[in-house]
Amino acid sequence: MGYKILHKKELIPGQTSLLVIDAPQIAKKAQPGNFVILRIDEQGERVPLTIADKDREAGTITIVYLVVGKSTAQLQTLNEGDEILDVCGPLGKPTHIEKQGTVICVGGGTGIAAMHHIAKGHHEAGNHVVAIIGARTEELLLFQCELDGFCPEVLVATDDGSVGHKGFVTEVLKKRLEEDKNVSEVVAIGPVPMMEAVAKVTKEFGVKTTVSLNSIMVDGIGMCGACRCTVGGETKFACVDGPEFDGQQVDFAELKSRLWQFRDQEQKSMDGFKQEGGCRCHGK
Amino acid sequence: MANNTPKKPSKVGPRVPMPEQPAQERIRNFNEVALGYTREQAMAEAQRCLQCKKPLCQKGCPVEIDIKGFIGKICENDLEGAYSTILGTNSLPAVCGRVCPQENQCEGMCILGKKNEPVAIGRLERFVADTFHADDACEEITGTHACAMEREDLKVACIGAGPSSLTVAGNLASKGIRVKVFEALHEPGGVLIYGIPEFRLPKAIVAKEVAALKALGVEIVTNWVGGKTITIQDLLNEGYDAIFIGVGAGLPRFLNIPGENLVGVFSANEYLTRVNLGRAYNFPDYDTPTYMGRNVAVLGGGNVAMDAARTAQRMGADKVSIVYRRTQDEMPARLEELHHAIEEGIEIKALCGPLAFNGDDKGNLVSMTVQRMELGEPDASGRRSPVCIEGATEDVPCDMAIIAVGTRPNPILLEATPDMELNKWGYIQADEKTGETSIPNVFAGGDIVTGAATVISAMGAGRRAAMEIAKRLL
Repeated sequence: MGYKILHKKELIPGQTSLLVIDAPQIAKKAQPGNFVILRIDEQGERVPLTIADKDREAGTITIVYLVVGKSTAQLQTLNEGDEILDVCGPLGKPTHIEKQGTVICVGGGTGIAAMHHIAKGHHEAGNHVVAIIGARTEELLLFQCELDGFCPEVLVATDDGSVGHKGFVTEVLKKRLEEDKNVSEVVAIGPVPMMEAVAKVTKEFGVKTTVSLNSIMVDGIGMCGACRCTVGGETKFACVDGPEFDGQQVDFAELKSRLWQFRDQEQKSMDGFKQEGGCRCHGK
Repeated sequence: MANNTPKKPSKVGPRVPMPEQPAQERIRNFNEVALGYTREQAMAEAQRCLQCKKPLCQKGCPVEIDIKGFIGKICENDLEGAYSTILGTNSLPAVCGRVCPQENQCEGMCILGKKNEPVAIGRLERFVADTFHADDACEEITGTHACAMEREDLKVACIGAGPSSLTVAGNLASKGIRVKVFEALHEPGGVLIYGIPEFRLPKAIVAKEVAALKALGVEIVTNWVGGKTITIQDLLNEGYDAIFIGVGAGLPRFLNIPGENLVGVFSANEYLTRVNLGRAYNFPDYDTPTYMGRNVAVLGGGNVAMDAARTAQRMGADKVSIVYRRTQDEMPARLEELHHAIEEGIEIKALCGPLAFNGDDKGNLVSMTVQRMELGEPDASGRRSPVCIEGATEDVPCDMAIIAVGTRPNPILLEATPDMELNKWGYIQADEKTGETSIPNVFAGGDIVTGAATVISAMGAGRRAAMEIAKRLL
């Protein structure tokens, strides 16, 4: 008894897709900031992915992934009607959302998907939500339409300048913070260097900053400690204490080194997967 | 053979040894170390039992198995009877026969042990259970008569599918009560699956015990996290007559010393979960990777430390050391596990307390600084406490360290159930006799009540709770 994929949309061909999964109990409980852990098949590993959206009435959750290793490459071979063996959640502490004024949500790459769910939560709480999204080029910008739907401001940065500001999201953020001294919180989700850079910018302005850490996890329920990170000099578990933390307190250098822990084996897995021609059934 | 007059212990022969896989062979595989008795060996061992009038062994067993009874049945060559007798109080005999600390429990109380070696009760229990699992005869015994639900109107939920919950489920299901077990991970068994390695407890054995419970009518759902996917309040709202919480030990403890988050420093929980639950020993056939340490230091002296060390050895480490603050004599691990580890070439680095983990410029572990200790006066636990030898520190090179120094309460379910009382250590406050928590009809047992303990003590708590639940409902 698996979890059926009801809808699949390739957002960036071969690289990033959105899956709508039938998971009524998780949909019922999911809140912005939560994640799930899925396992594709019997031999699969447990993969944590942020919940990008939920539909309680339809009983579905939405996830968005970037193909980075074997498991996500295998996920990419699944289609509508296929099943994922295990989906466990919702996990992690939900985002702390309250009515507080202006909130800037910064999203980079696939992180925009997770950011979108949090931005929506802040909007529903009555906050003025400014979305700043960035990617290498225009085609890689996700969820822009959805964000346009409820954010009064959607600011864009691309590396190649194909749309919006040419450069980094941090430059857009800095300018926006300079113009408006009444921003109560900045939320940043994306690649680690981006979150680190955002925290550096906001520190100058003394603005509260929340980042969502994508640490390596195994069980995701506080049992193994794989996801531990140093926040404000203390060891925290991203799965039960987070995944969101005060960005100005996070030891990003440590996070980066811990994210590379299994790189040799990850490469070996990926090579094997490619050799089998991207077969999704473990060579069976 | 059921002889009511105890024989003189001196006439009883030596305990029948357990066949084992040779150490040199087994350090390169994950097959079971202890191979189990043959029928002849079991029969010979069973004959050693004195069939005491007042069997002390049963008192030593947290789930009070009728030990005299089942051993008597073996002597009569009635293995079916022996199996039914054990199942009367124990839903996981093949597991208990393997992982219980029998030397401190049933066997520790055996009268033969006074002058001789005690009866190998654990090995006999394992033999009986394995015989039935092998023939799939458990279904014949447990599947038909008891599994028919007699009380469709009663339902009980268990959170967690580890030893304590499975015991509750088995006990209540055999009384005709519907039980649904909610497991957070993708496989039922709890510590039996993610914690205890294959070479000590094959997963196939756990699967068979779980299958036997399902045959009794127990429903088990996986990927349901107590406190997240479902809360205690949800279950009460859904009309469950009683709820049992058996969510296990929880967060791993670290040492709070510098360098603890370096790459290469693991909790035993992570290491064992990767290898056991994730089958990392079968990488790349299975996708879960693990770090391949060449020179591994394991910190701690309990059974988990032994499991982690022996696992690292099998995963191909060149050298594995167990670093412990006291000496071998004070280690809390079962003697058998310690001996197995030593036989397998694991070095015991006693009287060393870790001070710091040292890394290279990339954040990878390269060594550990330890403080040399000596034994001082006995402390509150009665063990001689380690005392620092002033100025005696040492750098121990290692590229992987596994921390096995215990756990603290997992917050997930507790945070989601704010009105449930906790004890001063943060574990669930439960009545000692019944297991009931501060919320009426909500029971708890196992490590989430006691802190990390043994499989069988968790099962004992499960049994007590099940008896109380049955008493109230039936």
